[in-house]
Amino acid sequence: MLDIELRVFLQAVLSGLLTGGIYALIGVGLNLIFGVMKIINFSHGSLMMLGMYTTYWLFTLLKIDPYVSLVISIPVLFFIGVLIQKMLIRPIMEYSENNQLVVTMGIMLFLENLALFVWSPDFRTVKVSYVGTVIPLFGLRVSLLRLIAFAGGLLLAFILYAFLKKTDLGKAIRASSEEREGASVVGISVKRIHLVSFGIGTACVGAAGTLITPFFYLSPHVGRLFLLTAFMVVVMGGMGSFIGAIVGGFVIGVTESVGAVALPGSIGQIIPFSLFILILLFKPTGLFK
Amino acid sequence: MLLKVDGIYVGYGTVEVLNGMSMDVRQGELVTLLGSNGAGKSTLVKTISGFLRPQKGAIEFNGSRIDHLEADAIARLGLSHCPEGRSLFIDLTVADNLKLGAYIFKKDENKVRTRLERIYNLFPILKERRKQKAGTLSGGQQQMVAIGRALMAEPKLLILDEPSLGLAPLIIEKLFQTVRNILNEEGIAVLLVEQNAVKSLEIADRGYVIESGRVVLSGSKSELYGNEEVRRAYLGI
Repeated sequence: MLDIELRVFLQAVLSGLLTGGIYALIGVGLNLIFGVMKIINFSHGSLMMLGMYTTYWLFTLLKIDPYVSLVISIPVLFFIGVLIQKMLIRPIMEYSENNQLVVTMGIMLFLENLALFVWSPDFRTVKVSYVGTVIPLFGLRVSLLRLIAFAGGLLLAFILYAFLKKTDLGKAIRASSEEREGASVVGISVKRIHLVSFGIGTACVGAAGTLITPFFYLSPHVGRLFLLTAFMVVVMGGMGSFIGAIVGGFVIGVTESVGAVALPGSIGQIIPFSLFILILLFKPTGLFK
Repeated sequence: MLLKVDGIYVGYGTVEVLNGMSMDVRQGELVTLLGSNGAGKSTLVKTISGFLRPQKGAIEFNGSRIDHLEADAIARLGLSHCPEGRSLFIDLTVADNLKLGAYIFKKDENKVRTRLERIYNLFPILKERRKQKAGTLSGGQQQMVAIGRALMAEPKLLILDEPSLGLAPLIIEKLFQTVRNILNEEGIAVLLVEQNAVKSLEIADRGYVIESGRVVLSGSKSELYGNEEVRRAYLGI
């Protein structure tokens, strides 16, 4: 038997790693949008909320398993992202960052209040039959739901990575994020790339929402919990760095989880935030930038 | 006439940079723009390739108006712009940079491959460096990537904006010779903007002298060489 203190610590690390997989996917989406458009997207969390509600309603009304609902929530959120980019982000692309900030924050407020209006402020949960399944792992215990969320988050992040590295469209996205003028002169429609990138970023965070819905409550404001974390993940890893977002996701996930067991109450949050500040003190551009 | 610029006016805010500029480029010729800093050379090429909009006047390329088109649409018509400062994708490999140059016919893999081989023949060093990130190359090699990327699209017209900027004289010599060779072999027209007037006139067929946003003198290479004013102000002889 492991020493009880050590076991609690390891359990916290493990649980943090599992959460980290989801943070990574959220961060990767935010980072793609920032990297390509240089837009700081405050509506990221509320788009995650939309992903969660999509899954919730598919489960509640049509009895579709939350994980199966990914094949619907991903395209739905992609489409919502494309629509938002086209109608609200594109017109403000050439304006100052302050103006862009107000617009994305406005989108967040609008989506949250829309959700309040149509779905009420009630807290909701999705209860799947396998909710209590626990898998033993090296003397520790892992919730099946969290394990799936972790694996799904990483898998989707990896697919996005491969897409950006290997496909023509992926390369065009990277090219546009590096050199807008250079991309235009080779015939890439940067406008179209922006549309697609915002859609993909939104689909990522929507998928993250779907993946956590089986073990997390929903409410119209639930996205705010993840918005701050998403910014920490991206800034810590380095804005625009794909690998940075993944590593940042795990670092925040683990420190948050260890903080929660090491210190009483919500003061545990002090650990990820202190580390965040420390890293920025020594590497202001983030770990991988 | 491949490119025809007809009396365009372009300004930044209230400052007029081009004041009724007219010029043209014919099929397969190398035309150079001479002019001091701020004369409007870069503004002209940026307007031609769609990054700036003229307030008045027209630009025709290959028989159709292009002055209302986006830069990427103009590129798809066969006008490759190799911008000042190169605008390379520094985090992408040399090979990916070049392949993106053929983005307009990316579906035709055979054509992309043939084109890539052609560029590697012109600049053998790029073949050696093909897996390296473009940002790790020397200035001269980066300029080769930029020119190579522009040539990948098999353009009808290649616009080179300050290709010699920051390069050593020996490298400039080689680069310009290569440019001239491509032109002869493939019949691509070139519009060359250069600080280095001696070098650019050497390989050019014709030239325009630009002052305060309009053409003050134009003529064949020998006419410009023979002009007292050009010799004194631009060639320093």
